Amino acid sequence: MAKIVVDVMLKPEILDPQGNAVASALPRLGFTFATSVRQGKRFEIEVVGDPTAAQLAEVEKAAEVLLSNPVIENYVVRVEN
Amino acid sequence: MRVGVITFPGTLDDRDAARAVNAGGAEAVALWHADADLKNVDAVILPGGFSYGDYLRCGAISRFAPVMKLVIEAAGKGMPVLGICNGFQVLCESHLLPGALTRNSDLHFLCRDQEIEITNTKTVWTSSYSEGQKIVIPLKNGEGSFQCDDDTLAQLEGEGRVIARYVGQNPNGSRNLIAGISNARGNVVGLMPHPEHAIDTLTGPSAQGLGFFTSILNAMVK
Repeated sequence: MAKIVVDVMLKPEILDPQGNAVASALPRLGFTFATSVRQGKRFEIEVVGDPTAAQLAEVEKAAEVLLSNPVIENYVVRVEN
Repeated sequence: MRVGVITFPGTLDDRDAARAVNAGGAEAVALWHADADLKNVDAVILPGGFSYGDYLRCGAISRFAPVMKLVIEAAGKGMPVLGICNGFQVLCESHLLPGALTRNSDLHFLCRDQEIEITNTKTVWTSSYSEGQKIVIPLKNGEGSFQCDDDTLAQLEGEGRVIARYVGQNPNGSRNLIAGISNARGNVVGLMPHPEHAIDTLTGPSAQGLGFFTSILNAMVK
């Protein structure tokens, strides 16, 4: 069943100390691929049946007022099967 | 003069805040997050702690508590509101104050006595201090780094709305060493360090935090 996914990330200009800590831990474990790591949040939202356009619009609103803080974060709403 | 102190689930510093209110000469009134009235208080303090477990983001859930609807309305009409630490975070999430408090730049939870400089004494919460006065009060938080965009920062600085700055090394990565700010009207103030823990040298690093609580009394008596 499809679900609605909301990804919330700190805006690029906002310092991400957690992402930096992960980035500096990787090479200590032998992983040398990363030039940068940013950490965010993922919300998985289930509704009855497949999400409708109206529900997606509601989720957009919820993402704006609750799931993210627009002062420091961006969000993306999508449907995932 | 009645000063409400709000307790959310997870609030820690409500008792110290109430004690500080009383020490400052006003009467502390306990308010609960689910309250549907403000019990005729003249001002409100949002104390420190971890309201709603800091879930989602610090202050993000508290903003929608029933009592906050009343606080936001009253603040809009000029009622004095002081948010300390988690209370500052709640005020930012409520859009009563601009900006946001993010994870300390070094990731550590800081708990220490911190020197700050009072940089605006015109607000109802800072009038007992003198401009440029330096005080030492506790700082204890994991997410105290004040962030905002360049335009907001320029506006805060241009309008003199930075009410306190950290002295010395930046403890948490806050822009422009900002420890506290006010809204344009000056009735809503947010502060990261804890004046309510510094009203008595028996238990605090100084008694210099008391000025926030005598300020509000002076403002209301005038």
